[in-house]
Amino acid sequence: MADMMDKVKSIIVDKLGVDEAEVTPEASFKDDLGADSLDIVELVMELEEEFDMEISDEDAEKITSVGEVLNYIQSQQK
Amino acid sequence: MKHRVVITGMGAITSLGHDLDLFWENLINGKSGISLIEHMDTADYNTKIAASIKDFDPLDYVEKKDARKMDRFVHFAEAAAQKALKHAELKVGEQSIPERTGVIIGSGIGGLQTLEKQHEILMTKGPKRVSPFLIPMMIANMASGSVSIHTGAKGPNTTVVTACATGSNAIGESFRTIERGDADVMICGGAEATITPIGMAGFCSMRAMSTRNDEPEKASRPFDVHRDGFVMGEGAGVLILESLEHAVKRGANIIAEVIGYGMSGDAHHMTDPDPDGAARAMKNAIADAEISVSDVDYINAHGTSTPVGDLSEIKGIKSAFGEHAQHVAVSSTKSMTGHLLGGAGGIETIICALTLQHQQIAPTMNVDEQDPSCDLDVVPNQMREQGVEVALSNSFGFGGHNATIILKKYDE
Repeated sequence: MADMMDKVKSIIVDKLGVDEAEVTPEASFKDDLGADSLDIVELVMELEEEFDMEISDEDAEKITSVGEVLNYIQSQQK
Repeated sequence: MKHRVVITGMGAITSLGHDLDLFWENLINGKSGISLIEHMDTADYNTKIAASIKDFDPLDYVEKKDARKMDRFVHFAEAAAQKALKHAELKVGEQSIPERTGVIIGSGIGGLQTLEKQHEILMTKGPKRVSPFLIPMMIANMASGSVSIHTGAKGPNTTVVTACATGSNAIGESFRTIERGDADVMICGGAEATITPIGMAGFCSMRAMSTRNDEPEKASRPFDVHRDGFVMGEGAGVLILESLEHAVKRGANIIAEVIGYGMSGDAHHMTDPDPDGAARAMKNAIADAEISVSDVDYINAHGTSTPVGDLSEIKGIKSAFGEHAQHVAVSSTKSMTGHLLGGAGGIETIICALTLQHQQIAPTMNVDEQDPSCDLDVVPNQMREQGVEVALSNSFGFGGHNATIILKKYDE
C-alpha cells in the first residue's frame, strides 16, 4: 500500500509538476493540482503502464482525486 | 494611411549567446557557434557537426509543468520572446492593450523532436501509449500560441511556415499587420530545433549539409570556393515591432525602423533556387520601402554555404541591384551561427538592426579563397566599421519561398 502510494505520488509529481506535499488523498486533480483534461489522460496512461492494467475511459472519468486513484488501483489488484 | 513600424525590442537564443551584447561581440569577432554534436550519436551520419545550443535551461523562462508540454522550439521561442519584451520594456496589458498586441512566431518544421520520441513509443508500445500532448507540442503554430498564452497578447495570432524563409515572412507579415492598423504591437520572429536524429538524417540524405567534421568552425563558409553545404543551427530570434505612434507615445527606445518587405515565389523546383525569384523579392522590398537600390548599404545574405544556393543569391543580388551590387556590402553571418532554418530570418533581422545600431558590419567568416563566381564585397573574415543607413535581410526557403526585409536607421 505504502509502496503503491509512493509510485502514484511520484507519477503525479512528475506529470503535473506539483510538490509532493500537495499530493494528498483528498487532492482533486483539477481543482487542487491544476490538471486539465489532457493532463488527466496522460496520467491515466502512465498509471496503466506502471500498474499493468487497463483503465476504461468510463472509469477514468470517475477518477477525480488522488484517493480515488488509490482505491481504483487497489480494487483492480484484488 | 499606412502606419510607420519600428523595432523596440529584440531577443535571441543562439549558439553564440543568449544576450544581445554577447551575441554581437561574438559576431563582430568572427566567433563560431559550430562544434561536434554531443547530444546524439552521430556515428552513422555523414555530418557530425551543428551549431547546438548547450547552455540553455527552459526552466529559466517557463514553469516546469508547462515546460514538459512544449517542444524545444517552443522553449526557444518563449525565451526569445521574454527577452525581447524585457528589452522593449513592454508588458502586455500595461504598456500595450492585449487585444492590440499580436504574435507571429514561425517555425520551419515544428516539433520534430516530439514527433520522433512519440513515434518511437508508437512503434514499441503501441498507439495507446502515445502522449496526448504529441499533437499540441509538435504543431508549428504552437510558438505563437504558447507565447500569447504566457504574455496575454490577444491580438492577431497566426504563424508562417515557409521553410528557411519562415522567420522573415513572420516579421514581414507582422510589419504589414501594424502598417494596416490591425495591431499596435507584434511579437514576431522564428524558432527552430531540428538537430535531432531524423532531422539530421533527412538533410544528410539531401547532401545539403557540410561534412567538414574535422574542422567544425570552418565548415560554414559561404561564398568560399570550398564550401560544401550548410551547418544546421537551432534557436530563436524574436522582435517587438510597434507602430511609431505607439512607440513614441510610451517613450520606447526605438532601435530601427522597418521600411520594406518583399516576397516572391520561384515557381521552379522543390529545393533548387532560382536567382530570378531572389531578385524579385529584393526588388519588391525595395519598391515597398520607396527607396532606390543605391540606398542599400548592407545585405545580410541568406548565404547558407551550399554551392548552389550562394551562387544563386549572388546572381539575384546582381540582377536586383545592377551596378550598385559592386558597392553594397554582403555578408553571411551563417558562417558563424549556422543555419537556423525557420529561425534564421528572426536572428538575421536582429543582426541587421544591430548593424544599424553599432555602425559595424559582421563578416563572412572562412572566406579563404573567394569563389570567383561570388565576386561581390562579402566582407571576408574581418568586421568592418562602416556607416550603414539601410540594411536588407534575405531569406529563401525550400518550395521557392523568398522573403526580404529592409530596415533603416530610425530618423524622426
